[in-house]
Amino acid sequence: MARDPAFHPPKSPFVEAMAIFLGNRAAMAGLIILAVVILASLIGPSLYGVDPKATVNAPFLPPMEDVASPMGTDYIGRDVLAGILSGGPATIMIGTSAALVAVLIGITLGALAGYYGGLIDTILMRFTEFFQVLPALLFAMVLMTLFTPSLRVTIIGIGLVMWPPTARLARAEFMKLRNMDYVRAERAMGARDRRIIWRVILPNAMPPLIAAAALVVGVSILFEAGLSFLGLGDPNIRSWGEMIGSNRDYIFDCPWAVFFPGIAIFLTVLGVSLVGDGLNDAMNPRFRER
Amino acid sequence: MKQKLFFAVVLVCSVVVLNFFLIRLAPGDPAMTLAGQAGGADAETLEEIRRTYGLDRPLAEQFFVYAGKILTGDLGTSYYFNLPVSGLILERLFPTLLLVLSSLVISVGLGTFLGVLAARNPRGPLSYIVTAVALGGYSVPTFWLGQMLILAFAWYVPIFPVDGMAGLRVRGGLNQIVDVAWHLVLPALTLGVAFMAQYSRVSRAAMLEVLDSDYIRTARAKGASEPAVLFVHGLRNAILPVITLVGLQLGQILSGAVLVETVFNWPGLGRLALDSILRRDYPTILGILLASAVVVVVINLATEAIYRSADPRLRSGGRH
Repeated sequence: MARDPAFHPPKSPFVEAMAIFLGNRAAMAGLIILAVVILASLIGPSLYGVDPKATVNAPFLPPMEDVASPMGTDYIGRDVLAGILSGGPATIMIGTSAALVAVLIGITLGALAGYYGGLIDTILMRFTEFFQVLPALLFAMVLMTLFTPSLRVTIIGIGLVMWPPTARLARAEFMKLRNMDYVRAERAMGARDRRIIWRVILPNAMPPLIAAAALVVGVSILFEAGLSFLGLGDPNIRSWGEMIGSNRDYIFDCPWAVFFPGIAIFLTVLGVSLVGDGLNDAMNPRFRER
Repeated sequence: MKQKLFFAVVLVCSVVVLNFFLIRLAPGDPAMTLAGQAGGADAETLEEIRRTYGLDRPLAEQFFVYAGKILTGDLGTSYYFNLPVSGLILERLFPTLLLVLSSLVISVGLGTFLGVLAARNPRGPLSYIVTAVALGGYSVPTFWLGQMLILAFAWYVPIFPVDGMAGLRVRGGLNQIVDVAWHLVLPALTLGVAFMAQYSRVSRAAMLEVLDSDYIRTARAKGASEPAVLFVHGLRNAILPVITLVGLQLGQILSGAVLVETVFNWPGLGRLALDSILRRDYPTILGILLASAVVVVVINLATEAIYRSADPRLRSGGRH
């Protein structure tokens, strides 16, 4: 029996979203950028084999002048390329962990506010607004000085100031979903609030939250770069922001030592943002039209 | 509006509470933290601080002593300058406000303008350029952009100065205003570009919706010129999400100002904050945190008032 040519079997939402994502040229470009950055961070340091913290060449060496240091050296003769390769893992690790902290706080508070509504919602949203009003960088700077800067303090500090947008989004999703029929059905069957929030609503609220989380990663990477630039990061870690910060006073003598790490940050955040935008378009049916 | 005002006061009080607990959360003696000399304060100073802040009393009483001091404008003393913190902050407030407000003018003005133009032809080249620039502006580290602008326009092509806010020899009158404005160009541009990206995105999306509506068709049908259609009939209705975004992003803009002030040696609050942190001058840094929250809250109330006058539905007499 011949099938009606006009009949298209329905696709699963996941397959549909994947198809949209893979067809999005900007998102694919972002994915490629990210793949290059991650690959370079993973195998670059061992492949290149130059110590990023040691003085390996003459200081202020311009790029391409010496084959041994293709991106030149900084004010104390540290290899810029080695710094870029080894700064990648630190930057990306801090960015993603901080984003994870932020997203966990944001989803928890947003879910509770959106699900319960009423007084709980009012209190939690006022709390969120408070954190949104506080200049994040200043607050993080205070945290970093009151407590000794370490990797953990950096990650928690950034996470603590990055969560409000996620909380707002999670709240909106939960408010929308809490009265859906399948949630009511679950409630009618006697499910507890805890189960409804985490097992029933959360999986359905996930798609826009995942897309938003990707953007939080980008912002966290920028934030970490800013903190390290100011010299407030963990002093034992060479990150891209720290490279720019330590060469700040020598910017006219070795601009390349500032230029290249900045490009690395820019490309990484650009890749993350492109992928995040693509995920948003793919998973958020509301935005598909634009 | 009354409710907003009340909440603004609550918000500022919350920062006072936060500061109070931050001092006590920090490892070590709170008196040591308040003295802020990285533990180098002498016994006499510490005793003095314990007495004035009532640190031997119960926690609740300590809080009221602390809050009372702040209410009377006493934010403590900076050991480094040996001056009241409130005076230091007032001195640095103007440069920061100048930087933040002029970058807001750049980002909101230029961003909205580009967004409106892009929305006119959502598949046109300009629209793609605006989207690309928006993404770029969103992804670039602000401080690095500032450094690149310094390299380009103060070093390779020396047009603009980078020695802080004013030249040393320029004093008084119109000359000084021009001089400060000349110094302001690069920092304001750096801070403005980072946020312009987001305003152009938001206004483009809002305009796309507005341009589809009947009243735009009516305006075109009655023969209004294209700029009038876009900027009078259209923008009036698309500006609301932009104003909301300004309010939401103020904290971020002040954060950006810390970085930009550092890069350009701009003598504002952000620069003072960083210096104070490096000197472990806690009273000053906590005072700045409070002052910046007040700045955000006040500008927020202003944007709220602008929002109300921009949205006829919210004008007094309307339903609210």
